[in-house]
Amino acid sequence: MAPRTAGHIDRRFAAEDATAALDAKPGSAERLDALWETPHTWLAWLTTVDHKALGIRYIVTACVFLVLGGLEAAVMRLQLARPEAHLLSPEAYNRLFTMHGTTMMFLFIQPVLSGFSFYLTPLLIGARELAFPRLNTFSYYVFLLAGVFLYAAFIIGQAPDAGWFNYTPLASLPFDTGHNIDFYAIGLLFLGVATTVGSINLVVTILRLRAPGMSLDRMPLFLWSSLTTSVAVIASMPALTVALLFLELERRWHFVFLDPRWGGTPLLWQHLFWVFGHPWVYIVFLPATGMLSMIIPVFSRRPMVGHNIVALATVATGLAGFGVWVHHMFVTGIPQVSVGFFSAGSMIVSIPSAVQIAAWFTTMWYGRVVFQTPMLFALGFILQFVIGGISGVMTAVVPFDWQAHDTYFVVAHLHYVLAGGSLFAMFAAIYYWFPKMTGRLLNERLGRVSFWVMFAGFNLAFFPMHIAGLLGMARRVYTYLPGLGLDGVNLASTIGAVVFIGGTVLTLVNLLQSLHHGAASGRDPWHANTLEWSIVSPPEPFNFAQIPIVSSREPLWDGGVAAGPTLDQGRFTLLTTPLDAHPDGVVELPGQNVWPLIISLTLLGLCTALLVRSPLGIAAGAVTSIIAAARWMWPVHLRTLETDA
Amino acid sequence: MTAVPIDDDAFLRIARTGRDTGWWAMACVCGTEASFFAYLITAYAYLATRAPTWPPPGIPRPSLLIPVIMTVTLVSSSVVMAAAERAIRRGDVRALRHRLALSLLLGVVFVGLLAAEWAGKVAEVLPQTHVYGSLFYVMTGMHGLHVLAGLLMIGYTLVRALRGHFSARGFGGVSVVALYWHFVDVVWLALFTTLYLTPRFT
Repeated sequence: MAPRTAGHIDRRFAAEDATAALDAKPGSAERLDALWETPHTWLAWLTTVDHKALGIRYIVTACVFLVLGGLEAAVMRLQLARPEAHLLSPEAYNRLFTMHGTTMMFLFIQPVLSGFSFYLTPLLIGARELAFPRLNTFSYYVFLLAGVFLYAAFIIGQAPDAGWFNYTPLASLPFDTGHNIDFYAIGLLFLGVATTVGSINLVVTILRLRAPGMSLDRMPLFLWSSLTTSVAVIASMPALTVALLFLELERRWHFVFLDPRWGGTPLLWQHLFWVFGHPWVYIVFLPATGMLSMIIPVFSRRPMVGHNIVALATVATGLAGFGVWVHHMFVTGIPQVSVGFFSAGSMIVSIPSAVQIAAWFTTMWYGRVVFQTPMLFALGFILQFVIGGISGVMTAVVPFDWQAHDTYFVVAHLHYVLAGGSLFAMFAAIYYWFPKMTGRLLNERLGRVSFWVMFAGFNLAFFPMHIAGLLGMARRVYTYLPGLGLDGVNLASTIGAVVFIGGTVLTLVNLLQSLHHGAASGRDPWHANTLEWSIVSPPEPFNFAQIPIVSSREPLWDGGVAAGPTLDQGRFTLLTTPLDAHPDGVVELPGQNVWPLIISLTLLGLCTALLVRSPLGIAAGAVTSIIAAARWMWPVHLRTLETDA
Repeated sequence: MTAVPIDDDAFLRIARTGRDTGWWAMACVCGTEASFFAYLITAYAYLATRAPTWPPPGIPRPSLLIPVIMTVTLVSSSVVMAAAERAIRRGDVRALRHRLALSLLLGVVFVGLLAAEWAGKVAEVLPQTHVYGSLFYVMTGMHGLHVLAGLLMIGYTLVRALRGHFSARGFGGVSVVALYWHFVDVVWLALFTTLYLTPRFT
């Protein structure tokens, strides 16, 4: 469909010469290639530090986990399609719902969104790499190996089985004596390393490597989400670490934290888990809204309305996420005052979300909307997120929560926010950025069909769960009795789930087909506004032949970008000040070496030794990890590491 | 438009005014580790306030002698570390080496004192006895692990200093380690207050 031209687009075409001026000067492209390209050997492929390759690997790996998590969900839905089915035993059902939730929350949605951050952040800010390229390699491998570690539990028939929230005493030793919970606890501690260092990498990259002139108020909104999310990970992840540490010490060495017989309480687990778990909900939701704030202006053909207010709302949501964890615990018998406080807090969280939604609609209202596939997924996100938001406000009302808690109503709410929200945003992002990543367009018609099938399937699968919940169907039960009025809604949910999976398969087919046979996309198929579209698709290994200098918020629409320095005498990128992005020196970034891969493997060994309780293995894993870290950090030549602080 | 083409040389000559990226990353690490200890302390406070008496019956209030010496040792080590960073800012490599070594030594003394403190504690309470014991050992133990990590980092920096890696214009690695060491010190002050001082107020 030919885009209808609005005022901003006219100005953009006038500015096209300015972006062409960013292309390499004679001779420098060869030098930059030699400096930045990953060599063509298998070891180089394994240990690459290229944020684009690693970002795509993150996304692909997370999507493999999406398939696994989706299959687990499909089997559960088949079990629940009719009453008193015997496809699954209760034990198998427990393992499936635990691994489904754990996979989707920890191995799919957060990693896929940070995969986009790792891919996009340097391109959006005009930098050549992330601030710590090797740390990025390391965090990818830790993520991959932690996922393998968790799934290895299936192979030996001891998959975690106490839910993704892993409540004690269900998860305590007397009630769960196998290795199931140890896989969960050690696997998530391991995965937390990847999440934490990845977030630190993003924070430093966003604050220090932005192109000159890209002050915080000119920064794309996706980066506001990314920054808020990363800070939230840094502050909330340790609560899970403490909880898992307590649990493993209790299970392994009979420490007491959660057992009332010696002064502990299982409520401590719930507090720690939800102090982490509630911010986590925003950690997987805010990047999705950031993507929407990138896509909606482009397909509305006008700048985002209320850019600064949306940025502020993003930060406010991230902060408020820390103050509402108790709303997961309204039925645990905590004091009335806490219940009232956290009920009010939970309702307040909906305000910044409403602000963002209002800004999106206003942008569309004042723009000229082009309904291409990324925009369709974005609109699907908004509709489903609004439904999820409304059911969220309902469950924030304490008397209602007392009725709906632990029923399918909450399952419906959760999936509307996370699957209908984050997952649809991810599909929008895939359709939007695929041309940048591959240089090819996806099939538009197949994309639309995929969207409508997914949209119909999603709502057919999850809307009836509200009704099932209100009729009293409990969560986490492997079957139900006939004649309770649950048969129809459950059958509808199962049919919806099958349709939904069919829709996602269509996109998968589209991706595989277009990867080799899609039409060439050129630099900027959407006539977009941000820096990543000013360079060739897929980008050169060095991203920008000349570091751009930015003087507006929509650099490609109003000519607010000029060519800066070439910096082709080393693996250089530009450092700038955190607030105003004034040039603050040049930094040389390290290239690949093998140690980040090795240390991730030694850490996997350490985790396995913890699991099988081998003191010798633990010691060996720790010592080799320390040696690998020391080798990794040792400067190869002084110029790279010690410049003036 | 600010389309002023500036040549590479102009950019390569820009003098750095801010901290380097490694320091920022360590600040983030300290942020996440500070959260870790904050959650531990909160868990301690939560369980302590739920208990009828704290410490629980049969367990004496913790004595202060060794912990006070530990505090003095670690604070001194942190002061020495700050002096080490000042030395290398002046370009005094000799003083940097001496002060790193002294800081390392004080850190080792701290670990030794922690071992003595634990040896005395096992007569009173074990981790398996009561949640009080579990909290005591896990909090001091996790801090001890952070001290050990810091000692490894100081040792690594000392080796690099002996190889002549640092100068008045290049000392980012020293700043990173110094930041972490001050952080470990501050965490100890919080733990000292929580574990040794607050039980005396009840």
